[in-house]
Amino acid sequence: MSAPMVDVRGVHKSYGPLEVLRGVDLRVQPGEVTVIIGPSGSGKSTLLRSINHLEKIDRGYVAIDGEFVGYRRSGDRLHELRERDILRRRTQIGFVFQNFHLFPHLTVRENVTEAPISAQRRPRDEVEALATELLEQVGLSDKAGAYPRQLSGGQQQRVAIARALALRPKVVLFDEPTSALDPELVGEVLEVMKALARSGTTMIVVTHEIGFAREVADTVVFMDAGQIIEQGPPGLVLDRPRHDRTRAFLSKVL
Amino acid sequence: MTAPAVLEETAAESAGSLTVIKARHPGRWIAGAVVAVLLAMAVNALVTNPAWDWPVVGAYLFHPSVLHAVLFTVELTALGIVLGFLLGTVLALMRLSRVPLLASAAWGYVWLFRSVPLILQLLFWYNLAALYKQISFGVPFGPAFFSVGSMDLIGPVTAAALGLALHQAAYAAEIVRGGFLSVDPGQLEAAAALGIPRARQIFRIQLPQAMRSIVPAAGNEIIGLVKGTSVVYIMALPELFYQVQVIYNRNGRVIAMLLVAAIWYLVLTTVLSAAQYYVERRFGRGLARALPPTPVQRVRRILTVRRAARRQRPAGDGGGRR
Ligand SMILES: Nc1ncnc2c1ncn2[C@@H]1O[C@H](COP(=O)(O)OP(=O)(O)OP(=O)(O)O)[C@@H](O)[C@H]1O
Ligand SMILES: [Mg+2]
Repeated sequence: MSAPMVDVRGVHKSYGPLEVLRGVDLRVQPGEVTVIIGPSGSGKSTLLRSINHLEKIDRGYVAIDGEFVGYRRSGDRLHELRERDILRRRTQIGFVFQNFHLFPHLTVRENVTEAPISAQRRPRDEVEALATELLEQVGLSDKAGAYPRQLSGGQQQRVAIARALALRPKVVLFDEPTSALDPELVGEVLEVMKALARSGTTMIVVTHEIGFAREVADTVVFMDAGQIIEQGPPGLVLDRPRHDRTRAFLSKVL
Repeated sequence: MTAPAVLEETAAESAGSLTVIKARHPGRWIAGAVVAVLLAMAVNALVTNPAWDWPVVGAYLFHPSVLHAVLFTVELTALGIVLGFLLGTVLALMRLSRVPLLASAAWGYVWLFRSVPLILQLLFWYNLAALYKQISFGVPFGPAFFSVGSMDLIGPVTAAALGLALHQAAYAAEIVRGGFLSVDPGQLEAAAALGIPRARQIFRIQLPQAMRSIVPAAGNEIIGLVKGTSVVYIMALPELFYQVQVIYNRNGRVIAMLLVAAIWYLVLTTVLSAAQYYVERRFGRGLARALPPTPVQRVRRILTVRRAARRQRPAGDGGGRR
């Protein structure tokens, strides 16, 4: 097996007395799609946010393509990086939020080009061309000049996906990307994500869309109470789960 | 009551071209008429009563000494607002920073300068020269490179501008901080997730959105300061209010000269209010689904609609007009 693109080892995270992640291990190979499912409050969002260091973890480590996001290693020691360096490394990870969090005062195109230009210092010409390409890919070429509030929820989320992809990230994290959408808008976002998965993008997706998991996931991970209970191909985890807790959860969402 | 027209199937209805007659509002007309009469009485009283001394008002409105005073008032306001908001923004960012000492220093500044009356602060700066004879520049607590007499550095004009700006900064700090707090925290999170550098997060992502709540409050402050500059009259500086006092002490036309000052204050605040409207529109971009039209656009739209309506009216029945 090749080196994992995302390597999560023994991650612990507490908010005060509440231990939200209790020793999580997860490896995602390049080009793989991993779908995380689990009940509310099980720590799925916290895990995703720990992977791109939006949350600082208490124990364990997270490496992207062999590099720690928040730390520099020398010998056996991990030195915490300064904010500037963390921000730089974070551009290797795309993040798509449940509530989009587009910048409302910037046009769709500006939303997409902002980070590659200001954070990655890539040439404007190249970024503009890429933005045109990405907006076409998510089916929003005609909305480049619009402001986010002038778009539907599904369109906004597709812009958010284009914005994340503009960084040319090594992995894209999705935190319940369709949960804030009206049912009839879910499909258009999932279609974009499926196309992305087929194109070989490494993705970690937290979602309640079991159909999506079945169709595109290479690995399905079931989390409960801050731990990974089981993981494996969708055919196993979704259809023949080994744990009672997985079975109980699936019986509720299916 | 007449029978509702829609009940009968008419030729116009079946053709789908019913005419809409706007509802009448007699109450609005009566209220409007009452206000119009009251306004006319007020204008009449203003114009016909010789006590208002309109010829003198006219003679002094554009008098060079008055114009100079207006200019000085504008300068003081501009200095106070620009320096005040620059310092205020720095204070707000200090207050929001993760360094406790910076945050408490900013808090202390706001506490102090909001607590002491402006007029007292102005007199204090004015008299500072008496307190510190020399102001030295050099290593803190160490040797000085050069010194200047404080009277040279803080003349009355500088003292006034400094006093206004330092006082204004305390209020500006709170306005700017409130603006930042009004921005959805998700915005900062998204910016951080995209790896956008910290300074860029503040000035490109947060500040423009914060401006939406900063601008109306700042507009209030600027208009307040235009009039607030009148307190520097205690330092005998020739701003508008001081200048008209000088003039009416000489010619005895108190009411007329106060009117001159009032008219200029009205002019200044009117210009500022209009400017505020356009600045708000500028920062409202993208935050509402559609921007409201400007007054100019509104007038233009009404005119074009009128013209279109007139053109559409069939030649035969347009009767009365033209
Ligand atoms: N900033 C915080 N401070 C304190 N507790 C928090 C914080 N963020 C999350 N938690 C708690 O951590 C636990 C896990 O939260 P998390 O958001 O990771 O769950 P989740 O699996 O994503 O749930 P959901 O499916 O509802 O999104 C919850 O009990 C939550 O209340
Ligand atoms: Mg969550």
